[in-house]
Amino acid sequence: MAYPDVVVVGGGVVGAACAEALTRHGVRVRVCDRGAPAAATTGSGEGNLLVSDKEPGPELNLARASCRRWPRLLAELVDEIGPSLADAEWEPKGGLVVATDETAAAPLLALAERQRVAGVEAVVTTDVRGLEPHLAPSVAAAVHYPEDAQLQPVLATSALLAAVRRRGSEVCAGVEVLGVHRGSRVTSVRTKNGDLPCGAVVNACGPWSGRFAEIAGSSLPVEPRRGLVLVTAPLPPQTVRHKVYDADYVGTVASGSADLVTSAVVESTRSGTVLVGSSRQRVGFHESIEVRVLRALARKALALFPVLRGVPAMRAYGGFRPYTPDHLPVIGADPAVPGLWHATGHEGAGIGLAPATGQLVAELMTGAEPHVDPAPFRVDRPALQGRALECA
Amino acid sequence: MTVLVVGAGPAGIHAASSAAGVGADVVLVDSASRPGGQYHRQPSDAPRTGALAVVDHPRVKWMPETWVWAVERTDQGFRLHAQVGPADAPGRPCIALDGEALVLAMGAYDRVLPFPGWDLPGVYTAGAAQAMAKGQRVAVGRNVVVSGTGPFLLPVAESLLGVGARVRGVLEAGSPVRWALQPWLLRGSLGKIGELAHYAKVLSTGKVPYRTRSAVVAAHGADRVESVTVARLNHDWTVASGSEQQVEVDAVAVGYGFTPQLELAIALGCRIQRALDDSDVVVVGRDQATSVPGVFAAGEITAVAGADAAAAEGVLAGLSAAQSIGSSIVDKQVSLIRRKVLRKRDFARALAAVHPVRSGWQSWLVDTTLVCRCEEVSLSAVRSAVVERGAAGMRALKLLCRVGLGPCQGRICGRNVAELTGLPDIPKRPIASPIRLGDLASEPDGSGG
Repeated sequence: MAYPDVVVVGGGVVGAACAEALTRHGVRVRVCDRGAPAAATTGSGEGNLLVSDKEPGPELNLARASCRRWPRLLAELVDEIGPSLADAEWEPKGGLVVATDETAAAPLLALAERQRVAGVEAVVTTDVRGLEPHLAPSVAAAVHYPEDAQLQPVLATSALLAAVRRRGSEVCAGVEVLGVHRGSRVTSVRTKNGDLPCGAVVNACGPWSGRFAEIAGSSLPVEPRRGLVLVTAPLPPQTVRHKVYDADYVGTVASGSADLVTSAVVESTRSGTVLVGSSRQRVGFHESIEVRVLRALARKALALFPVLRGVPAMRAYGGFRPYTPDHLPVIGADPAVPGLWHATGHEGAGIGLAPATGQLVAELMTGAEPHVDPAPFRVDRPALQGRALECA
Repeated sequence: MTVLVVGAGPAGIHAASSAAGVGADVVLVDSASRPGGQYHRQPSDAPRTGALAVVDHPRVKWMPETWVWAVERTDQGFRLHAQVGPADAPGRPCIALDGEALVLAMGAYDRVLPFPGWDLPGVYTAGAAQAMAKGQRVAVGRNVVVSGTGPFLLPVAESLLGVGARVRGVLEAGSPVRWALQPWLLRGSLGKIGELAHYAKVLSTGKVPYRTRSAVVAAHGADRVESVTVARLNHDWTVASGSEQQVEVDAVAVGYGFTPQLELAIALGCRIQRALDDSDVVVVGRDQATSVPGVFAAGEITAVAGADAAAAEGVLAGLSAAQSIGSSIVDKQVSLIRRKVLRKRDFARALAAVHPVRSGWQSWLVDTTLVCRCEEVSLSAVRSAVVERGAAGMRALKLLCRVGLGPCQGRICGRNVAELTGLPDIPKRPIASPIRLGDLASEPDGSGG
C-alpha cells in the first residue's frame, strides 16, 4: 500500500472536499475519520448553500465561489462515479428572507442593497404569496435570493469520498489520529494501527479542530456551538418551496453570544419532511436536548408558516458547529507547524463553503493560483491570536 | 415529595403501589386509557381488580392517555413533558409533571424480523394480535399462523383461539427442548412449568400443532396475505433445504422477542448495556437504581423477563424511589423482595439462553425485501449504502438510504438493520412520541427550565 502525500483528518464534508480537490490535483490522500464519515457535524446539518445570510466580504466571496462550484462538481462526478452515487439532492430552490415587522424590514433591505452592490442577486419582492403561498400574512418585507440552494450533506459527502476512492486514495473509518510526528516539518501521523508517513496533514476536524491543533503541536481558537433541528412528518410537495428564514437569522449567525439564540429557518426536503431550525448555543460538547429550545423553534416556525400547526415533529437532532471568534473559516498552512494545514471554522456554513475551501487548500498546497483571496482566512490572522480555548 | 412512575404495566402499577404504600405521593402515567399494560389488557368495560386497583389509591394520581414525549432533569428532580388525550388527536393539552424521583417502567414492544411479504396487510406483530383479541375481542384472521420465538407465542395463540380464530400452527424457531438442560436456571420458576402445561393443554384442545425449529419465512398474496411459506430451520436459522411448505392463511402473528422502550432512559443519560438476548437494556443496581441518581427502572426495560419479574422489580423500584425522597421502609421487607427479583432475573437469563435470535434469519430475505417499511427501503438499498456509499455508521447509513427515518423512527427496523450491517444503533430519540408543532409551541413558558 502506497503512503499518502497528505493525511486529511476528519471525513466530514470539509475533509471530503479537501480530499476531492487534492486528488483532482494528483495528490495521494488518506482520509482518516475517528468514527464514521459524515456522521457528526455534517450529518447534523440542513444542507445550506447560502449567499443570502452573508455581508459583503471574504465569506460571501467564498460562498459565491462555492455555490457556483457545487453543481458543477456534482455534474463532473456523474461521469466519474455514475449518476446514482453523484446524486446529492442538489436543489437550486432559492432563499426567501422575510422580515415579519417594520423594525426588521429596514435592516434587511439595507443588507440586500449592500449585497446587490457586491454582485449578489437579491430581489426585493412584493409578491411574497406568489413565491410562498403558505407564508403568514404579516410580512413587512421579503428578499428573494435565487442563488441560495440546498443539498443533502451526507449524500454529498459520500459522493466526494466515492470519487476520492475511485482515484485510488483511501478513506478510513474508525481511525483516530492520535499524534503528529515532526522534525522540521510533519513526517507522519500516529494512529492505533501504527505510524503513517505523510508529507502534510489537513485538520478538518470541525468543532474538534481546536483539540486536534493541540495534538499536532499548535493551537486554534475553534469552539463547538450547538445547534438543534426539528424534523416533521412528510408534507405534501410545495408546502414550503424555498429555504425560508426570518431576517433576524442574519443577526443570529453573526452573534457571538454564548447564550441561546434562535431564529426561524424552514425548508422542505426531497422526502417531504420539513426541517425547522435554527438555534445556536455555546454549551461545550453538552449533548442533551432542551425542551425550551424545541419550543422556541416551533413558535418561530409557526410565526412564518401557520400551516405547520398540525404537523407532527418526529425527531430532533443536535449537532456541534465549529465556531471561530471572527466568524470566518480558517483555511491554509499553519506557520507554527510546517506541514500542518487547517480547513475548519465554517460554523453552520460548512456544507455550502466546502468545495471552495477544498479547492483553496489544494491550490495553496500545490502552488496553483488561488481562485479566491486566501488572506482573510489565514491561520495567523490577528483575530485568532491571543485567545485561549474557552471550551475544553 | 412525589414519585413519578412512567408506564402502568405490571412493573409500573407495582411500583406505584409500593411507593404509595410507604407514604409517597405518586403520579402514575400511561398512554393507555386503562392500567395494566399489555399483560393485563382487558376489554374497556372490565372491572379493575387486584393490582390494577392501585389507580384508586388516595396517594396515587392516575393519569391515563398521557403521552410522555420528553423528560428533563430539573434542579429539584425531574420533569415529564406530556400530552393528554387519545393518540394523534389534534390539540392535546401539554402538561409538565414534576417529581423528585422517577420510576421508568415503559416496557417493551415486539420484535419482528423481516421476510419476503412481511409488509403485506395481514401480517401482525404477536402483540398486536393479542391486543386486538384481549382488548377488542377481534381476531386478526380466521386462519392464523403464529411464528417467532419465545414463550409469549403461547398466550398469543390462546388469545386467538379465545376469539374464534383457527390457529394453523405455533412455529417456534428455536429449540426450547433446552429448557430441560438448564434446570438450575429454572429454580424458583416452577410456576412457569405449570404455565407451560396449561398452554400445552390449550393447544391440544384447540388442535393447534406446535412445531419447533420452524418459521414463516415468506408471506404471499396480491393485496393481503393469502398464504405463507413455512420452513424447517437449521440450527443457525437458515432454511433446511427442501423443507418449504405452502400453507393457506389469512393472517400471520409474528414475534421474535421484545425490544425495550428506552427513549426516556437514554434522554436522561442512564447507562445502557447489551443484554443476553441482544437487546439494549437499562443497567440497574440491586435496588433498581439506574446510573442516574433519583432514576429507577423496572420491568422489561431492564431485561425482558415477563410479567412476574416485572411486578417484583416494580415493587422494589417503588420502595427504593420512595426511600430516596425520604420515606422510611422496613429493611426486611426489602430483602425479601430483592431475593424474589434475583430469582426472576435468573428466569430472564434462562429465557434469553433458550430463545436467542440466530443470524440465519438474514438469509430469508431477498434483494427486494423491505427492511424499513415506513420509508420502503429494500435490503439491496441498505447494502448499496454500505458497499457503494461507504456508510460506516448508523447515522450516516440512515441519511444515505433513509432507513429508519419514517414515522416509527427505527423502532421496528433499527435492530434488524444493525444486525444486517454490523453497524451499532443507539436508539436516541429525544422526542419520545411525536408532537404537533402547534402543541409544542403552546407548551407553557417556564416549563422546560
